[in-house]
Amino acid sequence: MDARFFQIAFQAALLTLGVLLRDFSLLPAQMALCLVAATLAQAFWIRRLNLHGVGYLSPLITGFGLSLLLRADSLWLHPFVAMLAISGKFLLRIRGKHVFNPANFGIGVALILLPGAWVSPGQWGNDLGIAVWLVALGATVATRAHRDDAAWLFLGVFLGLTAARLFVLGYPLERAWEIWSHQALNGALLLFAFFMISDPMTLPDRPAARRMHVVLVAVVAFIWQFVLYRPSGALWALLLLAPLVPLWDAIWPGKRHNWHGNRPLQNNVAMQGKIAG
Amino acid sequence: MKRPLFAAALVLSAAAAHAFCGFYVGKADAQLFNEASQVIVVRDGDKTVVSMLNDYQGELKEFAVVVPVPAVLQKGQINVGDKKIFDRLDAYSAPRLAEYYDPNPCERRAYEMRKDAVAMSAPMPAAAAPQSSKALGVTVEASYTVGEYDIVILSATQSDGLETWLKQSGYRIPANSARALMPYIRQNMKFFVAKVNLAEQAKTGFRMLRPLQFAYESEKFMLPIRLGMANAKGPQDLIAYMLTRNGRVETSNYRTIKLPANMDLPLFLKQGDEFRNFYKTMFGEQAKKEGLRAVFTEYFWDMSWCDPCAADPLSPDELRKAGVFWVNRSDADAPQPVPLPGRPGILPRPVPPMGGGAQPVMLTRLHVRYTPETFPEDLMFQETKDRQNFQTRYVLRHPAKIEPDACAEAKPYLEGVRKRQEQEAQQLATLTGGDINAIRKKMVLPPVPPQKPWWDGLWGNGK
Repeated sequence: MDARFFQIAFQAALLTLGVLLRDFSLLPAQMALCLVAATLAQAFWIRRLNLHGVGYLSPLITGFGLSLLLRADSLWLHPFVAMLAISGKFLLRIRGKHVFNPANFGIGVALILLPGAWVSPGQWGNDLGIAVWLVALGATVATRAHRDDAAWLFLGVFLGLTAARLFVLGYPLERAWEIWSHQALNGALLLFAFFMISDPMTLPDRPAARRMHVVLVAVVAFIWQFVLYRPSGALWALLLLAPLVPLWDAIWPGKRHNWHGNRPLQNNVAMQGKIAG
Repeated sequence: MKRPLFAAALVLSAAAAHAFCGFYVGKADAQLFNEASQVIVVRDGDKTVVSMLNDYQGELKEFAVVVPVPAVLQKGQINVGDKKIFDRLDAYSAPRLAEYYDPNPCERRAYEMRKDAVAMSAPMPAAAAPQSSKALGVTVEASYTVGEYDIVILSATQSDGLETWLKQSGYRIPANSARALMPYIRQNMKFFVAKVNLAEQAKTGFRMLRPLQFAYESEKFMLPIRLGMANAKGPQDLIAYMLTRNGRVETSNYRTIKLPANMDLPLFLKQGDEFRNFYKTMFGEQAKKEGLRAVFTEYFWDMSWCDPCAADPLSPDELRKAGVFWVNRSDADAPQPVPLPGRPGILPRPVPPMGGGAQPVMLTRLHVRYTPETFPEDLMFQETKDRQNFQTRYVLRHPAKIEPDACAEAKPYLEGVRKRQEQEAQQLATLTGGDINAIRKKMVLPPVPPQKPWWDGLWGNGK
């Protein structure tokens, strides 16, 4: 079965949990509009580009991803960003492969350009229970997508660097442990690891290149957060480094990921020559 | 000590209050939480101005405060401010009680509202102790006397050395400070150390210590709460007034949530200290519910207006005193609230304090109750682009005084009132974790009409 079914189910569960238990400042209408807009945008591009074998799982995942991470003080922002994200997926392609993770791209555009948009990296809290749930659920999804190495590798490097930092700063062991576990249990971080960076469509194709890229993202995320002291390091790192992926693919070509048995979207699109790149 | 600053009774016409017609009749100010520190953080870009209020109660000669700062501060970057600014911000943003009167269902005429407002004052915190000489990897980068404070800026290479230096210099800092100081030293931060210059203090004629303010540039948007935990007994409260230009401020490494607000509560909260006690209990209950792991938003509003104002918005001059460097002083003496024509003593609601070309100032009031275990890291903040106003406001609704047989609408209305009051009681019990029966008793709920059993009338004869 397509791993994305799991992903969608888990995202939906997390969102429900978050809205019910965590005082997410997310309106049901924002979420609904977000999902509808993503689906409509997907439908538009499928029709426009005359694509076949392209389904509607991806816009749902993007819609859920945006709902989970993006916050807005208006109703129009979520659907607008969802449309940008999906359109970006179809238009920003190099050699038939989309450059940005759609949700990541949407969030980046919203934060930089749009009024009244923000992300709340602390909103998940650090409750052990939730974190464990995220890990467990996310691991299932990532494993099914055969890119589990990305999620774990990212967490390993990022949290390894955080631990090293605490050591260098000279915290006594128990304090360092408290701080480190506080950071390691950040729901937003785990969410990013298991639902965003592990997206096989926007990582380099060759396993070695993929690992290198993930390590790079983790290092930049760490620098962003603990050297430059800016929030949401992981999101920015993934966005900033995404344009390098086509380069890695050119240097180290590999086998492209295919979500299911159907004809992969990329090849399809590339074959038809509908999209520049 | 509680000091009522003013009490006023006002009448506002319904026409003047189309958007919001409640009034603030009580406030739960910062003084309520006697373990609370208060701090104002003004930030735009990397430019930051921090004001810290010390409600230090002990011997002045033993007072000392140690604050990690990102760089050696020049004398001009340090100021002794005015406690009034804290009081003003507190009064303006404190959780409040609004009061409404139901229109008489029999005569649909515009209704009146009354207002009494009581505002109180004040806050507190403190750190360690007094001074001396000798260096153990400690460099005195600068020393100044500003107002009643003797200030030294230190850099250190090792935490033991710094602890020893501080102790030798007569600062009474808590044991184990070295461990808490270390991470700041390793991050290359400097230490702002202040104690009271008793001679200067005597000249000021103030009994209270005035707030210390410092202006600096740093990429770090944070408050070093961990340092003050060394000598903490039990949970501590911090109320932070964050003044920014673009939007609401929240913590990026802890959950920031809004307190439950904007609900109807029983009328007895208006009496005496009931509202203050309610708020205190409610906050405690909510903080406990979150396991003392969350930061609460008590208020967020664009300071150029309020609706209605619990206290007048701060004037540009006051804002500058609070450290808001982007506000121009030029129109300082312009907009004092002017009584409405023909209604002496009545304040207009939205008071535009910033004059022409107003530059926005957003106030986020955050309240956090923390323990060393639940807040392992210093508070890191981020400014969001969120501009949705929020206030912790609770509503009292006075029912219209009518007899059930006054008109056709009266009976259903009174039934509605009863239901509403029961809801209010439950609401209050849930918020505070209080005893619902005690609340019902206090509310003196009107006698409940004897309930007919559900099966009454089922067979058509009422038996």
